[in-house]
Formats: sequence, C-alpha cells, structure tokens
Amino acid sequence: MRYGSVDVLHGVDLRVHQGEVVALLGPNGAGKTTTIEILEGFRRRSAGEVRVLGVDPDDGDEAWRARLGIVLQSWRDHGKWRVGELLDHLGRFYLPYGTPRRARPYGTGELLDLVGLTDRANAVIGTLSGGQRRRLDVAIGLVGRPDLLFLDEPTVGFDPQARREFHELVQRLSELEDTAILLTTHDLDEADRLAGRIVILAGGRIVADGSASELATRVSGRAEVRYSRDGEHHVESVEDATGRVRTLFAEYGEAIGDLEVRRVSLEDVYMTLVHEFETGRRTEAPSELTEVAR
Amino acid sequence: MSPRSAAVRAGLQRGRIEFRQSMTNGQDLWSVMFFPVIALVVMFLLRNNTVPGTGFSLSSQSVPGVLGMNVVMNGMLALGLSLTMDREDGTLLRAKATPNGMVGYLTGKLLSRAGMAVVGLLVPLIPAVFLFDGLELGRVSSWLTLVWVLALGLVALLPIGAVLGSVFNTAQSMGFVSLPTMLLIGLSGVFYPISAFPEWLQWVAQAFPLYWLGLGLRSAMLPDALAAAEVGESWRHLETIGVLGLWAVAGLLLAPVVLRRMARRESGSAVEVRRQKAMQRVM
Repeated sequence: MRYGSVDVLHGVDLRVHQGEVVALLGPNGAGKTTTIEILEGFRRRSAGEVRVLGVDPDDGDEAWRARLGIVLQSWRDHGKWRVGELLDHLGRFYLPYGTPRRARPYGTGELLDLVGLTDRANAVIGTLSGGQRRRLDVAIGLVGRPDLLFLDEPTVGFDPQARREFHELVQRLSELEDTAILLTTHDLDEADRLAGRIVILAGGRIVADGSASELATRVSGRAEVRYSRDGEHHVESVEDATGRVRTLFAEYGEAIGDLEVRRVSLEDVYMTLVHEFETGRRTEAPSELTEVAR
Repeated sequence: MSPRSAAVRAGLQRGRIEFRQSMTNGQDLWSVMFFPVIALVVMFLLRNNTVPGTGFSLSSQSVPGVLGMNVVMNGMLALGLSLTMDREDGTLLRAKATPNGMVGYLTGKLLSRAGMAVVGLLVPLIPAVFLFDGLELGRVSSWLTLVWVLALGLVALLPIGAVLGSVFNTAQSMGFVSLPTMLLIGLSGVFYPISAFPEWLQWVAQAFPLYWLGLGLRSAMLPDALAAAEVGESWRHLETIGVLGLWAVAGLLLAPVVLRRMARRESGSAVEVRRQKAMQRVM
C-alpha cells in the first residue's frame, strides 16, 4: 500500500507506514536534514525515486502539502502574534482539505489542550519559553491533522522535564491519530523510547533499519572487550568475546589486566555501524541524496 | 470554498492582524512617522521661501511630495524589508509549508503594508494642514484625486518592494537600497520643483514612479494655479496614469516570477544558514 508510506534513497527502501513512528539517526553531515527536506518537497534530489503519500515531492501540489505536518529546527517566526491567533489563522488554510474521515483543521482549543498550552493561548509568541515555543511548533505542525508528520531534532535544547513531556506528547500522537511520524535526532535514548523503528544514516546511505532490539540482535554477536596490556588500555569490539579473552590470556597471560566485557547497547550498535561504514565503505558514499544545484 | 479563496480570506485576516500589531507597536509607529515629522519640522523652519515665479510658500508646495515619499518608504521599502526579515526568521518558510500559504502570506503582507502606507500619508497630513497655508483639502475633487493617485501609486510601488525583498537576501543588504532611494527622492521633486533642474535630470526623474506619485498628490492638495510650476505647466493626470500604470503592469508581471523563484530556494537549512550569519554579525 502506498498510502501513508514513504520510500527514500535509490536502491534502499525506507518505508514509513501509516501510524508508525520512525527515527532517523546519524552523525552530523550524514544527510538527515537533506533527506527530510527532500521528503518535505523543500529540496530537489539529484536521482532516485521518492514517494511521499504516493506522490513525488517535486510534483507535490497544495492538496498533497495539506496532508503533511512539518516541524523544523528552531523556528522563531511570528514572534508578535498570539498563540491561539496563529493556530486559528494557519488552520484556515486546511479547511478546504477536510474529508469525512479526517476533519481539517484541528480546533484551536483541542490542539492547545493536546500540547498543553491552553493557559498560554493569549500569550504573545515571542514571550514563550523554549519548551513552550517547541510545543507550539508541534501544534502548528499538527494543525492540518496531517497523515505524516516530520519532526527535525525536536528536543534540542530541552531540559530533562520538557524532554519527558515532549516524549509523552509524541507517544500520544501516534496512538491517537494514525499519524505517521518521521523524526530525526541525535539522542539515542529518545529514538529508543519513541520510535517503533530506527533507521541509521551514514554518508547518505542507510546502514541499518529495524527496531532497537532488532538492531541489537544484528550486532549481538559483538561485544566490547576492554583490557589493559602492560598498563596500556585497549578497547575492542569482537564477535566472540569469550574466544578473544581466551586468546588474550594465552598470548599475554599476566600482562592482561582491567578486563571488562560489555553487552551492546543501542549506542554501541550505532557507533559500530557508523564506524564500520566510515572506515570500510566510505568510497560508496555519498550517493543518492546530493542536492541538484539550482 | 476553494482552497485558493480560503487562502485569500486567511490572507485578509493576516493583513488585519499585522496592521493592528503595527498600529499598537510604538516602534513601528515611530518608524512610520519619523521621516515626515523631520521633514515637516525642517520645512516649517524654511516656510518663508517661495515657489519660483509665484508667491506660494515652497514649504506648503513640498507637503504632498513629503507625504508621497513616506508612501514609498512605508509601502515599497518596508515591504521589501519585511520580506527579507520574514525569510530570516522562517515566517516565509512557514507559509511555504502551509497549503496555499504563499497566497495568504502575500495577500496579508500587501494589505498590512498598504494600510501602513495610507496611515503614513494621512496622519502627518493633520499637523501639516495647521502648520502650512494654502493646502486645499476642502474640495471633494481633492479627495477623489488623492484616492486614485494613492491607490494607483501603491499598485505601482508594492510589487517593486516585493521584487527588491526577494532579490536581496538579508535585511542588511536590503539597507543598500535605501541610499539610491534617498537619492531618487531628492531627484523626484519632493523638496523642489523639477522644472528648475537640467532637462536630462528631469527625464531621469520622470522615468520613476515617485515623481508621478508626488505630482498626483500635489494636484490633489494644492491650488490649481500651482500647476504652472510643474513640467509642461500642467498636472498631467493622463501621463500620471500612464507611467504609474506601466510600472504597475511591469511590477505585477515580474513580482510573481521573482517571488516564486525566491520561495523555491527556501528550506530549513537555508533559514539556518542565514540565522548563523545574522548571529555572527551580532557578535
């Protein structure tokens, strides 16, 4: 089914299904923002096939746009407007795109309630705190009751409490509305908590795709072996930890100290996959996601 | 309701809201009134000079031109400036992310800027009537002329502002436009009748809409006898409609093309790059 699904990257299939939350992870410069901007129809791609809600973003018309919600990094627009006023105003654009199955737009009161800004409805936007501003951005992203919501690094600069509240909001959204969510983040904990699926991007290529536990399983044979030899510290990621330790003792015996064997965490999976890519297969990338110069 | 008409209606709402914001913001109001206040004070001090060949006060003769200049500043220049600022803070990208958002955004922007331009003309007119003799505002024809000249002037000037705001990337670079505009204002007979200038300069002045806006406003507010001080010793209404109309048509043809090209380049990373640059400037 094409409805509510997104394919990205030539040769590599990234599909986001209806109501699914997918996190896009990757080091800086891996192509996360580029990927998302191509999907949003804000950038042209050089090659490859892309479908968002069944439409090529380059040809996406206004009816297609009405089904997307976009929350970008650090927006500071409409600082003089009032919170409720702006939501009401932006909602009006979606009115003609409502369907019996999906009424558009969201009522302003309902939306404010959803993001917990009801008591700030009459506040001037420029006076909101960072966390409140971010929640307003999410509310704006949702105002057209989108089929697909893009969240680009939604919690950068949040304090731990604001972050937790935001996570609860995203979880509520995906359960409530059958809205597919594609989010980018640097925060592995966040990806683990929010996303049903995690996609790791490195150098413009997808190097892993699966749930957090699937990814862990993929590299589960690998464990981290830390030890010191003659006082010098070593860290190795190995397939067979027990075998490696046996070899170490056989070869160096007494010289080995501070031995530690660790199971993989999501962070380890991430580091391993990105490192593998950067050392071993760098020549293949970047490939499909370079922007066409205009 | 079709999506486009919904967007235009939302744009009307945006125009109302932004106009109200400007009218209740001291800084915005001050920037609208700054130039006419300074100009009116200077002209009041120089009120004893007369228009060459008449006994009419040169200061009174300048009032319509000063008000026309303010329309250029608050219509054309301020529109360009707010377009660049809205690109820096992401307002334009927000419009792009909204279905038919650009239609609504532009409708609102044009309306609120036109509203401020009208305010910038009418409000300084009140003290001007008391400070300067000879302004004829009791005639019905004065106000009819004022309305059509102002309306046509805005239709000619606002698209130019939109083009300037699209071509220049940042509010800072937009500042460079102010200088040639000032020069043009001096050239366009705001403070002194251009019939006294060398002929080639008269031709330059008459190529731009500001001269014709000023001429039209003078024809509305001044006694008919003062037409004698103008080029051709006439108010030349037909030529005014012709030149302003040409600018309007050219602007309305060009502006959508330039605006579309500018909007296509907008993306989150483009806004971010400009933000970084702006922050470096502050430091």
